[in-house]
Amino acid sequence: MTAAGAAGRPVPGATVPGPAVPGAAVPGVAGPWAMASRAFYAWLVNYRRTWRGSIYSTVLSPVLYLGAMGLGLGTLVDKHGTAGLGGVSYLAFLAPGLLAASAMQTAVGESMYPVYTAVKWQHTYQAAAATPVRPGDLFRGHLMFTTMRLTMASTVFLAIMAAFGAVRSGWVLAALPVAVLTGLAFAAPLDAFAVTQEKNDQAFNVIFRFGMIPLFLFSGTFFPITQLPAWIRPVAYITPLWHGVALCRSLSLGTADVVGALGHIAYLVAVAALGLYAGQRTYRRRLHV
Amino acid sequence: MTAVIRSELSEPPGSVAGVPDPDALIKASGLTKRFGDFTAVDGIDFELRRGEAFGFLGPNGAGKSSTMRMIGCVSPPTGGELTILGMDPVTQGPAIRARLGVVPQEDTLDAELTVRENLLIYGRYFGLPRPVIAERTARLLDFVQLSERADDHVEPLSGGMKRRLTIARSLINEPEILILDEPTTGLDPQARHVVWDRLFRLKQQGVTLILTTHYMDEAEQLCDRLVVMDGGRIAAEGSPRELIETYSSREVLELRFAVAEHDLAAAKLAHAPAERIEVLADRVLLYVEDGDAVLDEVRGLGLEPLTSLVRRSTLEDVFLRLTGRRLEDG
Repeated sequence: MTAAGAAGRPVPGATVPGPAVPGAAVPGVAGPWAMASRAFYAWLVNYRRTWRGSIYSTVLSPVLYLGAMGLGLGTLVDKHGTAGLGGVSYLAFLAPGLLAASAMQTAVGESMYPVYTAVKWQHTYQAAAATPVRPGDLFRGHLMFTTMRLTMASTVFLAIMAAFGAVRSGWVLAALPVAVLTGLAFAAPLDAFAVTQEKNDQAFNVIFRFGMIPLFLFSGTFFPITQLPAWIRPVAYITPLWHGVALCRSLSLGTADVVGALGHIAYLVAVAALGLYAGQRTYRRRLHV
Repeated sequence: MTAVIRSELSEPPGSVAGVPDPDALIKASGLTKRFGDFTAVDGIDFELRRGEAFGFLGPNGAGKSSTMRMIGCVSPPTGGELTILGMDPVTQGPAIRARLGVVPQEDTLDAELTVRENLLIYGRYFGLPRPVIAERTARLLDFVQLSERADDHVEPLSGGMKRRLTIARSLINEPEILILDEPTTGLDPQARHVVWDRLFRLKQQGVTLILTTHYMDEAEQLCDRLVVMDGGRIAAEGSPRELIETYSSREVLELRFAVAEHDLAAAKLAHAPAERIEVLADRVLLYVEDGDAVLDEVRGLGLEPLTSLVRRSTLEDVFLRLTGRRLEDG
């Protein structure tokens, strides 16, 4: 016998449990960030399984880049004078730029394929959309996870930078949130875009090849953009990465000024906010059709 | 066995079947869903009562899944009215979804996680505390016979196991309505019977079920009441028995003739005493009250079929009559 029998038949005419009283707390429903944190938790459970693989990009990649480019190539650069770099060693010039650029790479890695996998290959987004969690919560939950990953990766990067002796100012600590913000300026729009892809993942390869790689190389990370032809410099100025690189560098070298810093931050916040706005819409359109 | 769903939800329906229920869990009138120029659901009306198992039967493309998605509050209706648990799915979607369980047509499990982890993250989506999820996980995995696979990854599980896990997952929030979109499509016969058995137990425990299917035996076994959908509209509504009585005869006489005689026999049978005659490429079906008596009369007409079969009418006869015999539905 089931518990159904034990519970007894309701008295005819008795009120059936009806809809919740308006204004009363609805079970399972919470505020937007509490709902987003449920989606964040799902990514955390997944990360428990995959964090070992992320060690390479988080730890080894900065060591390799700072070793090969900063120390190796840097020795050669420094011999020819560092006036073009602002009078600091190539290592000190390069490291904060790489901090911002690697935040971008982490953001790209966490946004496009993981989102596409969730919406297209595994349909875990569709499964989550059947729960009280709304599409916008799924989006912000993923950005929360990306923020965590960016914080982890950038902290490790900063520690390795310091170990290489590439830091010139205590202000470098402020470069940590700037690097995270730089990453989010990529993650939010790319999440918003990735969720719209229905047929295949071709667009991601295009973004990698014609977006990320040129940005990585030409946003002032490896050489000052004053080395670029004047006509192309405005292109660098509109990319979020250049703002992240410039601000992280000025903080690490102790040359930051308030107006410049606020300008960079405002730009990065604006791009991230646009992405946030777009993602709320694209997630809803994809998951609530 | 013990109840999987909490006892208060396991109460038998508070209303007598057939009597309009002011507390209908779902009410739809003129419900419509359009995608651009395409109308997937074309103004349907139905009510779901507490404790019943309600089926949407129809060929592929009939609008069943679109209807399920609107009920699941993941697809805003384009027109008409829809009330679920007394709430508006457009403005109160999260509050409604908190009280629904959904088994989607395709597997939406996280294949890289374990069985237990899938239930954990799903329970968290409903804001359930971890100890509650742990307790329900043990109970639900026992119910779907997956306890031994609790810490295995989902990826290598068979299709039937994945479907059972999806059913367990859909029950983690102890839903008041369980929505199943083609719950056994793609499963082999053994796996399908296991799923049916579990769904039947849920039904016995008083869980309100709403399901779509294009398997007649599934509909006959599980549904108290069903609608036949075709082309986005409801073609018929009733219990399986009512539908058979209304749209078919008590028995069906199936006759098969030699290929050369088929057409001639079919022409002669036009005068046979049947409520309805259907001539297929290889068989002639006579919808009759008494199959054996009509078979004798057919023989009296001088026709000798190669094979003859007298059987009871099934929902399939109703379905094929209402939705037609089309190749794409095979």
